[in-house]
This record gives sequence, structure tokens and C-alpha cells, in this order.
Amino acid sequence: MELPVISNAPSGAQGGGCASSGCGTAPDALSHLPDHIRAKVQDHPCYSEEAHHYFARMHVAVAPACNIQCNYCNRKYDCSNESRPGVVSELLTPDQAIRKIKAVAAQIPQMTVLGIAGPGDPLANPARTFETFRMLSAQTPDIKLCVSTNGLNLPQYADEIAKHNIDHVTITINCVAPEIGAKIYPWIYWENKRIRGIEGAKILIEQQQKGLEALTSRGILVKVNSVMIPGVNDAHLKEVSKIVKAKGAFLHNVMPLIAEAEHGTYYGLMAQRGPTDEELQALQDECSGDMSMMRHCRQCRADAVGLLGEDRGDEFTLDKIDVMDVDYEAAMARRKVVHDDILSKLEADRAAKNTKVPVHLSIAADARPVLMAVAGKGGVVAEHFGHAREFLIYEASPDGVRFIGHRKTELYCAGLDTCGEGGVATEDEPESVLERNIKTLSGCEVVLCSKIGYEPWGMLEAAGIAPNGEHAMAPIEDAVMAVYKEMFDAGRLAAPVAAGKAA
Amino acid sequence: MALQITAQCVNCWACYDVCPNDAIYDDKPHFLIDDDKCTECLGDHPDPQCAAICPIECAIVDELGEALNPPGSLTNIPIEKLHALGLVPPEFA
Ligand code: SF4
Ligand code: SF4
Repeated sequence: MELPVISNAPSGAQGGGCASSGCGTAPDALSHLPDHIRAKVQDHPCYSEEAHHYFARMHVAVAPACNIQCNYCNRKYDCSNESRPGVVSELLTPDQAIRKIKAVAAQIPQMTVLGIAGPGDPLANPARTFETFRMLSAQTPDIKLCVSTNGLNLPQYADEIAKHNIDHVTITINCVAPEIGAKIYPWIYWENKRIRGIEGAKILIEQQQKGLEALTSRGILVKVNSVMIPGVNDAHLKEVSKIVKAKGAFLHNVMPLIAEAEHGTYYGLMAQRGPTDEELQALQDECSGDMSMMRHCRQCRADAVGLLGEDRGDEFTLDKIDVMDVDYEAAMARRKVVHDDILSKLEADRAAKNTKVPVHLSIAADARPVLMAVAGKGGVVAEHFGHAREFLIYEASPDGVRFIGHRKTELYCAGLDTCGEGGVATEDEPESVLERNIKTLSGCEVVLCSKIGYEPWGMLEAAGIAPNGEHAMAPIEDAVMAVYKEMFDAGRLAAPVAAGKAA
Repeated sequence: MALQITAQCVNCWACYDVCPNDAIYDDKPHFLIDDDKCTECLGDHPDPQCAAICPIECAIVDELGEALNPPGSLTNIPIEKLHALGLVPPEFA
């Protein structure tokens, strides 16, 4: 996979990684947060829609052991709460981790956040996890720290976490009812015993809730992750959202279950399905009444390096960092120049946004909302339809434009010359990749991309989705709103969506 | 009297951290138990700790080669299904 190259020069404050400009949340979706929390998250790549184009994060895999079993996880691979299933990270000792972190920080000055997320449960590996944090607090004070956990050991380590100036903690909470928990967690290891079923789930839930309260009462930010498992906890997650918000979590991130038989997980082998894009989006919308939802999470692996949506881990394998000699004092000075540069750019962007007259004010308040899919990169409409690895889904409404989520595609176009060939169904594959990709866009009325081939154009139109290549390189939100305004002016936003052609 | 770790082990370190006798060591291709040090946790805990936390079925066996966590016991995947999919290691079938 080709990744955007980030320059080390201060002027290298270039977007990359994640394709969206409005990832996560609308600019003001974090506005309900108290000022001191907003100040903490606005430069954090995982939370701030602006920041994540410029600041990078990395994970180090120093925490292999786990103390619970989740039905969506196979311990042959990394924890799937924090990673995609079927991924194996390179395990590091705390010393190796520090060397790697310094090497990355020196070469990617945009890296501001270091997380420990696995490959097991960080708090089931307290010695390795906290030794890493101790060394980092002392040696790399310009890096923010964060940690993820299933919550079982959280109450007992809340004080230790508070000591390390850890920026925020992510707890995976899939339920608050033990009967539901028993369908997700077959066992936990607790007080020197393996405890199964409802009894184990009950302890886990109690510990998670206690841990959440222990952290928020110490002023530590808590994000809650939940895995949406249709038929198991989908309806229940609305209650989870309410409860964790009441206890002070600042963000709830609902992620889809990914279960395939080849992952060898319980859910995979028992053919438990994951949610459809529409189901996930509907639940995220329902929960967002309660609190701000995170929609741009890419479920990074436990050793991810780089901007969200990219992974530069291959440049920093053990053999490579072994021969790197890092002068961290010097690196820190360079990093500061880069960070200041990014921050002033972010500040300027924010100021510019505030002075623009929003287009949506000219649209009648009762106009219906429209979903649009965007082939974007770095915040602009930048991708050829056939090259898009994912589409960013936006909703335009009289309230403005908001990011809804991303939908993955299969690549069908290998190069501009051959483009369109993948659109042909063959005897072996009655449904072409192109047809499948168009299906993933269901619910959308418009596709924005920089370019599009003749054949997909026709197929999109036939599917009732209007292709639009007129906004190449325009900022995504502006382009989506411009198209929405055209639809409004053409009188197409009054009626409910007509079946069939929307173009 | 000692337990043993088999080739099923995925090197997750969980048992290493909980053994009261430091009997477990990091070896290649997988972790091993020093049978001079292992007491099967007698006197320390009612359950052998490595077997109580190990997430992998058939990774820990007793002196007779019997798995302390036999196929299906940790994941709850029905044993027929595991057999049908060929997921039961032959020595434990
Ligand atoms: S049975 Fe107990 S003493 Fe023996 S290796 Fe396992 S944890 Fe250690
Ligand atoms: S807990 Fe089981 S899988 Fe993990 S290292 Fe020990 S024996 Fe191997």
C-alpha cells in the first residue's frame, strides 16, 4: 500500500492519512464539552476533526496478556477491541518500545500521541505498561499518553494512571447487563480463578463502571468504545450510552462487529453477523442524542504508526530502529517548531471558518436531508471513483454538513487505462466488484469524486445515485453543501426520496 | 508433579505473570514450564494459575498429557463444530 510521505520540514503540515476533512464530528460537536476538556482534545488526532490531518499517533505493542475472553476475539491475534481482527503486532519490551517511540518522534515530528492498546489488555500487563509510561513521562515529555482497557483491572490502577499524566483512557464497554454480558464474554480471570458466564460478566461490568467513575472523578478523560453486535447488544447500547455519559465519559465510539469464520472467533464460527452500514449509522444517530459520537475511528492495530488511516509501522521495525541513533533533545526542539506551525495553521483555519457565511442558511428549514458519498483525501474531493478504498459518507441538511461514517470498497480499477474492466460481470463472478461497491453506497443520492469512468457513471445512475465530478479538489464540506444547494434550488429537496432515479 | 505447555501456546505471556513460582519461561517456539519449579500451584491457589488464565484450549496439559482446558471449554464453540471444521488438534481429538 502506498502511503503519503510526510516531510520533516516545518512546512510539512500537509494532510494525509484519513481522507475526510470532517471526520469524527462536526466542528461544534465537541462544543458541549467543558473548556478544559476541549482544550485537551482539540489537538488530538483521534478526536479533533481538524487535528487528525496534521497530528499523528502511534501505538506500541507491549501488553500481550489478557484477562478476559471476548466472543469476537481470537487470542492467536491481537485484541479486537482495539484492532481489526486477524492482526498480529510485533511485541516489544518496554526498552524496545522507548527506542521505537523516540525514533518515530524524531522522524515524524507530527507524532504527538502514544497509546498502549494491546495486543492484550494493557492493565493485565501492569508491569510492562507502567514501566513504559514511566520512562516516557521522564524522557519524552512532549508526547501525550493514552491507554485502552477492558476495564477489569481499572479500579485498582486508577491512581497509577493519574500519576503518569495520561491524557485519556479508553474503556471498551459492550453492556451494562450481566445477562447480555454472558453472551459476549465467556469468562474472565478474577482473583486467581476463571469465572464463567453471568457471574463473570457481572464482575466485569461492575469493575468497568467503578473504573469509569474512578477516572472521571480524578479528572482523567474517558472515551468509551462499544462493539455493536446485532441481536446481542444493539438495542442495549443506547442505555450504555446514557449511563456512561452520566458517569462523565466524554465520547462514545460505537464500532461494528467484524466477524468472519476465517478469524476463528466464536462469533465468526457461529455465523454471528455484523451490522450493516445503515444499522450502524442509525444506532450512532440514536446514541448521539445522548453524547458526542466518534465516527472516524479506523480501529487501528496495536502497533499502528502515523496519521489516522495510514500505517508506517514498516519503517520502524526492530532491526531498523536498532541502527537509528536518536538525539531526543535535538528532536524535541525540531518537533516544537513543527507543532507550533501546525497549531497556528489550525488556528488560522478556525478563524477563516468563523468568518465565512454558511451556505446552509439560504436553505429552507424543512428541506429533507441528503446522504452523499465522497471519494476524498486530505479533506478535499480528490479521488478517482475507481481508486477510492473507502467512501466518506456525509449528510447535508438545512443544519449544515456532517460526517456520518466511512464505507470500505473493493478496488476494481488497477490503473486509469484498465478502468472499467472490473465493471464487467463474468461467469465466475456474477456480481462484479463495481456492482458490489455501488451496493455499499445504498442510501446515498450523490457520489462526489475527482473523476469517474463512463461505465461506473452509467451504473451509478441506474442505481439512482448521481455521480458528480465537478468539485475535484474542493474542500469536502463546501462541495457537499454546494451540491445540496443545487438540489434545493432545483426544487428536489421538498419531497421524500423518490424511488429509483434521484439524478 | 508439574504441568506442561504444548505447541498450541500462542506466547501471550498471561501465564508467565500469574505463576506463583516463576516456573514459566519465555522460550522458542513457545513458553515452557520448568518442572522442577512447578508445584501445580498446590499450597498457593486452589486452581493452577496458568491453566486458569490461559486463553488457548489444549495449551496446558498435565503429566498424562490431558488438556486442562479441553477443546470447546474456553470458547464455548460446540465440539461437533470444532471437529467438523478440523479445529481440534489431532492429539486431543
Ligand atoms: S501450575 Fe502453577 S506453579 Fe505450575 S506453572 Fe502453572 S502457575 Fe506455575
Ligand atoms: S497463557 Fe497459554 S497461550 Fe499464553 S503463553 Fe501461557 S501457555 Fe501460552
